[in-house]
Amino acid sequence: MSLSGIGDGFAEVGGIALRAAATIGDMAIFTWRTLQWMLANRPRGETIWPNFYQVGVLSLPVVALTGTFIGMVLAVQTYSQFRQLGLETQLGAIINTSLVRELGPVLAATMLAGRVGSAMAAELGTMRVTEQIDALSSMGSNPIQYLVVPRFLACILLIPTLTIMADYMGVLGGYFYSVKILEIDKFHYWQNSEQYVGTFDLLSGVCKSVFFGGTIAIVACYRGFHCSAGAEGVGRAATASFVWSFVMILVIDLLLGIILDALYYTLWPEGARMFG
Amino acid sequence: MDESTSSLIQMRNVRVTFGRQVVLRDINLAIPKGQTVAIIGESGCGKTVLLKVLIGLVKPTHGRILFDGQNLAQLNEKELTKQRIRFGFVFQNAALFDSMTVGQNVAFPLRQHQRLPPNEVQEIVLARLAEVGLPDNVRGKKPAELSGGMRKRVGLARALAMNPELMLYDEPTTGLDPIMSDVINELILRSRRTHPVTSVIVTHDMRTARKVADRVIMLYPATRLQAAEEQIVFDGPPSELDHADDRRVQQFVQGEAGERLMELRAGRD
Repeated sequence: MSLSGIGDGFAEVGGIALRAAATIGDMAIFTWRTLQWMLANRPRGETIWPNFYQVGVLSLPVVALTGTFIGMVLAVQTYSQFRQLGLETQLGAIINTSLVRELGPVLAATMLAGRVGSAMAAELGTMRVTEQIDALSSMGSNPIQYLVVPRFLACILLIPTLTIMADYMGVLGGYFYSVKILEIDKFHYWQNSEQYVGTFDLLSGVCKSVFFGGTIAIVACYRGFHCSAGAEGVGRAATASFVWSFVMILVIDLLLGIILDALYYTLWPEGARMFG
Repeated sequence: MDESTSSLIQMRNVRVTFGRQVVLRDINLAIPKGQTVAIIGESGCGKTVLLKVLIGLVKPTHGRILFDGQNLAQLNEKELTKQRIRFGFVFQNAALFDSMTVGQNVAFPLRQHQRLPPNEVQEIVLARLAEVGLPDNVRGKKPAELSGGMRKRVGLARALAMNPELMLYDEPTTGLDPIMSDVINELILRSRRTHPVTSVIVTHDMRTARKVADRVIMLYPATRLQAAEEQIVFDGPPSELDHADDRRVQQFVQGEAGERLMELRAGRD
């Protein structure tokens, strides 16, 4: 490869890094402005209720359905391995711990990012392209206050309920498949579940979901607000919103997982000894 | 009289660049209260950007915008938002909120900024719609159900709802048939008679410029200017347009491609 080719390669990588840093910085400012407007003025009912309905009510069936199936799939996947070790009755512990700590919140967030986040990005992107966001500004309304704050609030306030629904339906799905189809002893299934799944696990999952909800709303609104012109731009904003949200959900999940684990072992050191 | 006290809005050494592209180059402009100014120029010369700079939707890279003596660039978001209530903006494609009905669109600024009883809001909405020649029954329709001309008229009614001091029009007659264009021109003139308003109209429709403006300003694309040239190549009453010495003004007014055709051919070759 020629020297100029290597130089071009470096310049390209540098350009990507600069653009990524600029986007992250821009997104941080966008989040800060959203929080400022959220605290400065209470949004009007007419802006908030449609978003609550869209995020909470309309997402509920799909979240419940995926939760149920994930619970059952977990039972299917873990049963054969646990049976070889003679630990079938421990199935409840592994299914319910995984659901409550990880899969419930991540699944609810993924469904929200796909169903609501992409729609938000497409809607706001269309508003940007057709100058409706400029029209809002020109009439003395702040687009962040009017469009972003209600969506942000709907996501952070309602994602815990969606997470609890995903957890609940997953637990039911896992129970149904394990006890009714695999015929695992019901008493021991629940007893082992109770032993390993605590309030902290449930709360840590719900706590994580609030961060996921906020991330979905910010990424979707940011992508919509910075949508490029035309139908292609709107489509790209919707896709980018889902991909970015999903990646950020996973990164935040890892970071919060580490922080919450450290918190758990700080609060209950005997828990660390028990598993250590 | 001092220019700064008689002018409602002024641009001082305003420069706007997008990346490396210079769109507006050191624009100096003062618009007195009550004047109707038409800004003309070929597509891509920065007319719409100039309009958006005036209302603070695009921030200038350099220079100052003084509205009623206040520098818009120095205002924070809340203060700028408050000042914008004094503006009315008619967008090229109306930019009506498609999730709302026509009535809700016109009522939007009133409901956001004034605590009026609903029946009073409805009265104002009906009055504004009547002013732009729209019947009561369009109130419940969605913007998608209206024709282009009707949408523009709703956009005008919405912009007038708050009795603004400065009206900004972005190509109000583009895409309309000649009759509907004349209707819009008449509405602009009528709104001037009924509201004491200063207007800036961005257009490349010479009939609009001649009919409604007291003063015409022609912008030339910054990318095609020589180093020492001004971007404003004409500034005067519409009656002087035909007597302008500048060849670029004559070409635009008479709609002649001239050397632009040669440039296009050269580009193709």
